[in-house]
Amino acid sequence: MLKENLEFESLTYETLGNTKERKEHFFKFVESGFPSKKLEDWKFSDLKSIINKNIKELKFGFNTIENKSYNLKFIKNFEHSKIVILNGEFLSADILDIDKNKIEIKNENLIFSESLNEPLNNLNKAFASKLIKLNVLEGKIVEKPLVIYHICDLDSETNLINTRFELTLHKNSSLSTLNLFEDKSVSGFNNHNFNIVINKNSNLKNYIFDLNKNQNLRYSFTNIDIYENGNSENFIYSSGSKFSKYEINSNLKEKYSSAFINGIINLDKNNHHEIKTNINHLGENTKSYQLIKSVLNDKSTGVYQGKIFVNDQAQKTDGYQLSKALLLNENTEFNGKPELEIYADDVKCSHGSTSGNLDENSIFYLMSRGLNYDQAKKLLIDGFINDVIEKITNIEIQKYLKEVIN
Amino acid sequence: MRDKQIEDLKEYKYGFTTDIENIRAPKGLNEEVIKFISKIKKEPDWMLDWRLKAFERLKNLKEPNWQKPKYPKINYQDLYYYSAPKSASDKPKSLDELDPKLLETYQKLGIPLQEQKRLNGIAVDAVFDSVSVATTFKDKLTEKGIIFCSMSEAIQKHPELVKKYLGSVIPVTDHYFATLNSAVFTDGSFVYIPEGVRCPMELSTYFRINASETGQFERTLIIADKGSYVSYLEGCTAPMRDENQLHAANVELVALDDAEIKYSTVQNWYPGDKDGKGGIYNFVTKRGLCKGVNSKISWTQVETGSAITWKYPSCILQGDNSVGEFYSIAITNNHQKADTGTKMIHIGKNTKSKIISKGISAGYADNTYRGLVDIFPKAKNARNFTQCDSLLMGNKCGAHTVPYIKNRNSDSNIEHEATTSKISEEQLYYCQQRGLNSEEAVGLIVNGFCKEVLQQLPMEFAVEAQKLVGISLEGSVG
Repeated sequence: MLKENLEFESLTYETLGNTKERKEHFFKFVESGFPSKKLEDWKFSDLKSIINKNIKELKFGFNTIENKSYNLKFIKNFEHSKIVILNGEFLSADILDIDKNKIEIKNENLIFSESLNEPLNNLNKAFASKLIKLNVLEGKIVEKPLVIYHICDLDSETNLINTRFELTLHKNSSLSTLNLFEDKSVSGFNNHNFNIVINKNSNLKNYIFDLNKNQNLRYSFTNIDIYENGNSENFIYSSGSKFSKYEINSNLKEKYSSAFINGIINLDKNNHHEIKTNINHLGENTKSYQLIKSVLNDKSTGVYQGKIFVNDQAQKTDGYQLSKALLLNENTEFNGKPELEIYADDVKCSHGSTSGNLDENSIFYLMSRGLNYDQAKKLLIDGFINDVIEKITNIEIQKYLKEVIN
Repeated sequence: MRDKQIEDLKEYKYGFTTDIENIRAPKGLNEEVIKFISKIKKEPDWMLDWRLKAFERLKNLKEPNWQKPKYPKINYQDLYYYSAPKSASDKPKSLDELDPKLLETYQKLGIPLQEQKRLNGIAVDAVFDSVSVATTFKDKLTEKGIIFCSMSEAIQKHPELVKKYLGSVIPVTDHYFATLNSAVFTDGSFVYIPEGVRCPMELSTYFRINASETGQFERTLIIADKGSYVSYLEGCTAPMRDENQLHAANVELVALDDAEIKYSTVQNWYPGDKDGKGGIYNFVTKRGLCKGVNSKISWTQVETGSAITWKYPSCILQGDNSVGEFYSIAITNNHQKADTGTKMIHIGKNTKSKIISKGISAGYADNTYRGLVDIFPKAKNARNFTQCDSLLMGNKCGAHTVPYIKNRNSDSNIEHEATTSKISEEQLYYCQQRGLNSEEAVGLIVNGFCKEVLQQLPMEFAVEAQKLVGISLEGSVG
């Protein structure tokens, strides 16, 4: 069905190159289709039926953004470098830094080497027109945060947007990035792929904010390889889209590397969001920490699937994972699968998961001190969320998020 | 040579076979064999139909393959589905008439029937290769109206109860191994506790796989009528053999209004030798239904044996205010593998469940806790608490936790916590300083680690289980 709808040959591939490989990936995707709940990883989020329900017709293909400009309101709260992606295509970059040459931004043709056979990865490879590459060279500490604006406007030719990023931090470097989604289009599917390498002694803070209400479906896959003494801090604020799934696969490859993944799922209506993490402890003395909190209103569904894997080399691992969910309405649903897979004995790994409504005793306590019911409730929810927001170590970005959500 | 034999015996205390003539069904799995089983057990037609229905469905089913421990493909046509001691064809009327060799076996197992009859006050229904050999203490139980007999007897004498409840918790349409059991089950225990009766003693069965190349397929059904209480113990052993043996039992529990069932298992099937050769595949389906209001089902298991343990004793909390509990110790050593846990399905209002799981992994073993807590939209004020702790000994083994949590009701609370750690040097040092050798020290610490679960076992079992915990880990330290 999908095959017939697609006029693959007629698309202007020549300019994009790699037609053969793209085709292969596309047919692989067509074979498997969108992942359904039959796959263990998609057990709680049946993308196939979600797409059928929400998108009448998926328009496959590429976008052209020639001669286009987009009047965007940039963040004014703090100074920052910018990369603007319009409808999946690289539009512009503006780096604020004294030695700009140490930060490279390239828009290259795709390389088809690795063969991760995941349906959405295949789809991404078939239709992501370019690979946006960002390199921070050795020893460079980038002080101003880099904000990547992902924009979809109304006259996008397709409603299937695929982007690919490759971000490399060379030795002894550091960077903060913030991915912001700005969706004007209605019912499209956005498929992002980030590939991040953090080399020795480097530090990346990677934040993802999905704030604005929109009708889009979103899938984002991030693979992070961390080497000796490297550190990766991730934060996801997942709220705006109709459906979203953020998947972070973090490989702690060498000793003393660490990964932090914190997230908030804050939903209303019948939105459905998922955060899935996979932390692989492969080296000695590695550390990971995860804190995911969900606030569910109306008829929304929140899902958290987290896995800590420790191989037999990774002695002295310290892994921690905590998931908390607030179900505020009787029609909400929370599904969790916090998983541990451990093959080394000298480790400290634990996870916890709770879900339930607000504690009536706490509400009573606050009301006895003069707050009304709604105020008490709001105070408790704000406190619940703030706990995670305060884990953001970039203070400017932390402040910005607090302002926006209040 | 002799030394080696003694050595072998040390490794697995129950690794002897009893030389008794067996009656066997022809090898293989087909309609004829099912008819043979049904005929030899003199079953009524409706039972045979039920079995055939299950077999019909089995043809279209595939073995599940999502579990962590993988095993070589089982050739179901190469198994004997029925094996009974010959002397059972004309059943003895009292214990004295039993084959002395059989009695000897039990003696070796440490369950001398007469002794227990006098001293412990436990009624034992010993299952020896699929057929229930002798049932003790019947009179005392009959007085109270309690039915405690073998499944075959229940089918003959209490068809109305069997018809009503058999398959009501594990239907014929369930997964592969449960359906296989429905088609070919040989025997098992049947318990019915009438309204308002508190069973005066602990009921007990002892399962033992004796003949080679047989699968053991028992079916146990326990029904606790309104306001009744019963505690049921199950212990399992099997002789040492090179080939793997399949054990696919089904256990169904039904608790009506205000009733309580406590089901305890100490499983010590042959785990295979040090290199992982042989051993039992323990693929058991256990499910309890809290059908009535205020009912309670509690599972306690100590799993130390089997090459592969793959089971999830579950509770369906259908009645309002019903309670489900699961206490588990799973110890895996050498090449043993376990994938075990529970399912708590909250359907009724104010239902509560508690899961305490302790996994201990040593040698090359792999130990997985897999569980599901599912709260239905109508299960208001449901409550669940889960704790699963794993202990690792050595860096060749694995410990895994895979909990699934589904909360669909905002008035419900689910808590889950899990930790993985090893025995700390400090603890070991402390014990050794006080004169224990390292093995005793580990035994003591592990027993402490499992204490919460061991406490749940009935007295007689708790002592045995504690010893078992120590024995299973022998040789894992050093």
